Amino acid sequence: MRFEQPTAPHAPPLVSVPIVMRRVLFALAPAAICHAWFFGFGLLLNFALAAVGALLAEGAVLRLRGRPTRYALNDGSALVTSALLSFTLPPIVPFWIPLLGSAFAITVAKQLYGGLGKNLFNPAMVGFVFLLISFPVEMTQWIPPRMGDLDYRHLDVGQHVTYVFTGRLPAEVDVDALTRATPLDLVKEGLRAGRPFEEIRSGSLFGDFGGRGWEWVANLIAIGGLYLLYTGTIRWHIPVAYFAGLLAPATVLYLIDPSSYASPGFHLFSGAAMLGGFFVATDPVSAAATVRGRLIYGACIGMLIYTLRTWGAYPDGVAFSVLLMNGAVPLIDRYTRPRIYGQA
Amino acid sequence: MVDYVFEKHLSGGILLPASKAASTTGPIRRGLVPSKLVLALRQHRGQPAEAVVGIGDRVLKGQMIARAGTGGPSAAVHASSSGTVRAIEDRPVLGSSGVQSSPCIVIETDGRDERAPASIATWPTDADTQRDAIRAGGIVGLGGAVYPTADKLATPVPCKTLIVNGAECEPYISCDDMLMRENAPEIVAGALLLADVLAAPRCIIAIERDKPQAMEAIEEAAKRIDDPRLKLAEVPTIYPAGGERQLVELLTGEEVPSGRYPGEFGYVCQNVGTAFAVERLRAAHEPLLSRIVTVTGRGVGAPQNVETPIGTPVAELIAFCGGYNPDVVRLIAGGSMMGYALPDDEVPVSKATNCIIAATAIEVRLDPYEWPCIRCGDCAMVCPSRLLPQDLLIAANAVDFPALATLGLTDCIECGCCDVICPSHIFLTERFRVAKRAVAAHEQYKKTSESP
Repeated sequence: MRFEQPTAPHAPPLVSVPIVMRRVLFALAPAAICHAWFFGFGLLLNFALAAVGALLAEGAVLRLRGRPTRYALNDGSALVTSALLSFTLPPIVPFWIPLLGSAFAITVAKQLYGGLGKNLFNPAMVGFVFLLISFPVEMTQWIPPRMGDLDYRHLDVGQHVTYVFTGRLPAEVDVDALTRATPLDLVKEGLRAGRPFEEIRSGSLFGDFGGRGWEWVANLIAIGGLYLLYTGTIRWHIPVAYFAGLLAPATVLYLIDPSSYASPGFHLFSGAAMLGGFFVATDPVSAAATVRGRLIYGACIGMLIYTLRTWGAYPDGVAFSVLLMNGAVPLIDRYTRPRIYGQA
Repeated sequence: MVDYVFEKHLSGGILLPASKAASTTGPIRRGLVPSKLVLALRQHRGQPAEAVVGIGDRVLKGQMIARAGTGGPSAAVHASSSGTVRAIEDRPVLGSSGVQSSPCIVIETDGRDERAPASIATWPTDADTQRDAIRAGGIVGLGGAVYPTADKLATPVPCKTLIVNGAECEPYISCDDMLMRENAPEIVAGALLLADVLAAPRCIIAIERDKPQAMEAIEEAAKRIDDPRLKLAEVPTIYPAGGERQLVELLTGEEVPSGRYPGEFGYVCQNVGTAFAVERLRAAHEPLLSRIVTVTGRGVGAPQNVETPIGTPVAELIAFCGGYNPDVVRLIAGGSMMGYALPDDEVPVSKATNCIIAATAIEVRLDPYEWPCIRCGDCAMVCPSRLLPQDLLIAANAVDFPALATLGLTDCIECGCCDVICPSHIFLTERFRVAKRAVAAHEQYKKTSESP
């Protein structure tokens, strides 16, 4: 009998890129459902729209670059970018926001750098920042959670879809009646106006740690993150360093002056902190790849988030912090190479 | 009283799904007498053996048919059964670095398995003569590296520790496990013989944690012999804990410097099968005529370990184990991580052949598609040499010689960990092999172009 002679190792691979991407999507699913429970199905609609934009953009650019599309479109990476982007968008936005954001993310942040694995910056965060800077009005229309004791006007499904695709609202409501400042906004403005943190926190939108509803989404994102750790999809170094970097200054300053600084619990459960630590900073392509590098990278992102939230212009700082540190990755990796076995 | 050595540190490594169960259900099967023997003169590292028989000669089992070559490490080759020399010609055989062409002595056996008289009457007492006996006994490292044992026992510095390697970390191989279960007293005695030759003050027998029966047998034998030099170590079941450099790191916490050998620093590793062969040479005056081969994989009828005469064509060994199953797609000599795919089953079992895997489609990688590297860094996490395969890949693709040197290409031991963990299914190990050849060619070119 004659046989083929490929080289070792012969053992089949243990995991694949599509499996990794599927695990990330799977890990985000509980948080997405929870988000839908508190804020309506906006996130799911945004994800669907973002996915369409991402896949169309990816297919089009691959075609222009003369690259095969079948494996690239099926690897799930565009869907992960879309999912992460949809978590950063307000639940009620015009349909072209997610479409444009994900198309920009894929085209500019991913394909122009050479496609999967070649991008210096996290595409979802590039898409988010692009939208935030270009369309600040649409990108800050946050709605409060649907909870029995909170008396806010909410759109039903038909009204929501009509607004998303046509911009028309029911006659008796305008956009301002639907939207509210987020807990991060309230804390930032309140502290700036000199109100003590505890007083700001006693408002009806605040829960145990962060905002009501939002903190539950954050809980489920954390559980999704633990699932990724458990399956070995991500390693512990970046999340641990990231949360340490965020919580260390938050704890110190809060202990020194609890009335002028938000509590560490608030920082952890508010905004995109949880999503950033488990799903964004851990994006392998744009993160540091060495062990020591990952600790530095994660810690720096955490500290930058705290800095931007406390002293910066925007209420949250996850996207900017991640993108800043993405730019530092080649340098970090270069100076944190491990000592090779048997070499001095 | 048995002393234990505890594990210190191991870099990288990977937990692989074990596939040893199928071949360890029954005892080692003996009594295979093949119809033909193909005995390679170049089946060990170093100098080829030199034939001392001619075509048409009748040879007996145990008769030396090729003496150890001169001018470098070498070992003799013996007829593993009785018969007539039919040809001396080049054939593909498994050597230390894969399937290569080697002059071979082809013997048609007569089925009588008639023994030659023993070549040595008594085991010599001084180390030099003992090494000569080991060389003439054809004994080479049976872990797969096939370095002539006599030469490995001549260390440039006094030996601090002899490490007898029973780790056997490759997921399919179980020949050392079974040998330890069945012949523990001989292995322990052989280990001490090797320690005698080396004048080593300490001899550690290291066994992976997934072999409790082997450990128990060795413990029992060690208790009976009760030698103060003897220590046992249970090492974690992590691939590639059985690599020589890895085992030194694991047991001593020391690292073998880049480009050097453990022997230069007082550490000598010998496989348990080698220890067994040395003890057989001493006790039964029998040179290395056979070795235990794990025949396994879903593509073979009855997976098991077989005491196989050196030179047996793989086809006869497979037939002895129930033949092929219809869906066999690949024949691997050695393990699934570092073994070599055989071109056909006419290739003989050599001293390097510790395992034959008849693999079906689900046991091997068939799809050659590679996704782009997503820089997940898992390859760096599992690399036992602490390299950064993702960066080496870029340097290898760019044929960037300075970067390849800085990133430690030559320290890659080609264990394959990075390949199987890679979610992008990139053929990293093969790229590094190609890059190593390019570096060697480049060095050669520099040398010739600089000379006047």
